[in-house]
Amino acid sequence: MKREFPLFITAVIGLLMILSFFVPHQFISVPADFFQACVIIVLAFSYFLGGANLLRVNFDAVYKREPGWPYKLVLVAALIATLAIGFAEGKGFLDQGTRSKWIYDNMYSPMQGTMFSLLAFFIASAAFRAFRIRTLEAGLLAAAALIVMLGRVPLGNVLTDWLFQLQWLPGAPHGLHLSSIQEWIMNVPQNAAKRAILIGAALGVMATGLRVILGVERSYLSGED
Amino acid sequence: MPVSRAGRTILGPGLALAAALALALPAALTAGVSNAAPPAPRPATRLETYDVPNDAGHAIELVWVASPDDQPGRGSVTQYYIERSESTAGPWTLVDSTSAGVVRRTDSSVRRNTPYYYRIVAVGPGGSTPAGSLTGPAVATSSWVNTTRSSVLAFTALFFAFVLYYIYSAQAGRKPFVRRIPGIDAIEEAIGRATEMGRPVLFVPGVQDIDDIQTVAGLVILESVARLTAKYETPIMVPVSYPIPFTIAQEMVRGGYLHAGRPEQYSPDSVRFVSPEQFAYVAAVAGIMLRERPAAHIFMGSFYAESLLLAETGFSTGAIQVAGTANVHQLPFFVVACDYTLIGEELYAASAYLSGEPKLVGSLKGADLIKLTILVVVIVGCALETSGIHWLSQWMVTQ
Repeated sequence: MKREFPLFITAVIGLLMILSFFVPHQFISVPADFFQACVIIVLAFSYFLGGANLLRVNFDAVYKREPGWPYKLVLVAALIATLAIGFAEGKGFLDQGTRSKWIYDNMYSPMQGTMFSLLAFFIASAAFRAFRIRTLEAGLLAAAALIVMLGRVPLGNVLTDWLFQLQWLPGAPHGLHLSSIQEWIMNVPQNAAKRAILIGAALGVMATGLRVILGVERSYLSGED
Repeated sequence: MPVSRAGRTILGPGLALAAALALALPAALTAGVSNAAPPAPRPATRLETYDVPNDAGHAIELVWVASPDDQPGRGSVTQYYIERSESTAGPWTLVDSTSAGVVRRTDSSVRRNTPYYYRIVAVGPGGSTPAGSLTGPAVATSSWVNTTRSSVLAFTALFFAFVLYYIYSAQAGRKPFVRRIPGIDAIEEAIGRATEMGRPVLFVPGVQDIDDIQTVAGLVILESVARLTAKYETPIMVPVSYPIPFTIAQEMVRGGYLHAGRPEQYSPDSVRFVSPEQFAYVAAVAGIMLRERPAAHIFMGSFYAESLLLAETGFSTGAIQVAGTANVHQLPFFVVACDYTLIGEELYAASAYLSGEPKLVGSLKGADLIKLTILVVVIVGCALETSGIHWLSQWMVTQ
């Protein structure tokens, strides 16, 4: 019963949600909307569980003086301080001039920006490895990347202006102009590969959903019978 | 002065007529005087209402014939107000407006099975003129079937039929063949390596909530990974970004240890809630990678900009990395920075592949068969479109 009941609920609600895509009538759409609203409520309560785990794990580490415990202390202090200030501000805690807004603008946003800016360096190092030509496939990748990158900057067009009049690629209005070639690469082979992956992924989504709804995939119910 | 403005309610057609006269009279009196205000525009006519089909009864479409003064360049009509009432006597409420030249609007603020009356007011610099007649009652009703989605319904039904057939045929003892997926085989290799090095395994189930099916797929794989780590007695660390996946991840890891016959080894601290904020999560996971030095990193789920941040940090630690996502734009980053990558559908196939359970593997065969069907339909569709026959592509259009 401990497994059958959740499986039953999953099957009924899952089928209802699929049905709601095809049947707009209120007999289906109203309960479907209700269940979607329930998700928001469940989600809100689940944050208590997450917060409790965060505090427990980090307090534990501080108490046991595990390596890096001062960082965890900072984390817990920041969490509690932000929460307390947010509650003290009350409704409109993110309005201009509030302390929460100050924390958001002067601490949170710069830290987010700092992490995001690391991406530029990581892209450079990853590209350096990706474009090392060791195999035929890596060579093709490097050539395609070179054409696309050059074709998207004015320099690429300047380099190939003399080839402007040649017409040989189907759908490429400006012949061997680099911008046209990169456009063709992006629109034809790149798009075809991307759509193939997307179609496969969409079917995978449906297959996974169906397995869960039918109760074939039940590992999310844990191991207890 | 206009009879109606945004947000103002007009009281009854009689009053509207009086107001129109009040507008027209000063205009007539001032006729012949230089710099006189232009006359109010003539009204829009022949308003027709339709219940929008294939919806839950939330919309009524309105089509009318423009005011004869609504001519490009004349500027006699600047916009139309759409007014609605639940009775012929009013009160009339402004529900929407359109610019001059537009003669169609959908009122999406109606209640189901409630009769409404509509009228159009032509508005110009000289004032506004309500239509001489009103239209109604118009009632928005629920449709039982969204007929524009019949193609999706047909393919969904076919897909479900294929999957069910293969699941039941697998139950009958016919285990279908599934090709090797090196990325999934590499998961066990990565865990084995972590075991040899005496270091933990890090599993990242994406950065999206449970409503993203990739997160579900990642968590299902986590159960199999937890079984392996339990079998090899290797610690596992699972930082999770949202609270619902966090509770499910706890269940998955616990279940994995239970299935491996080693429930006593399960540590509740192995699954940690971190933060739903994207870069806060990245900072935490990168910190785990650099401080605790896991020997294997497994990324399975939905990833965005953090994919490369995580994979490159992981690469710098020398860990063996296996990733899987269906987010097409992140795949190149994982391909570059990880040792193995599950591409798109392989992520969804991984749990079936890892478990080896015939029923789950059967569902993969169903997906393969529908892919073949789609391939045939694409080829037939291309041939039909080339021949100028468009019914198939039109049937595929959904709303």
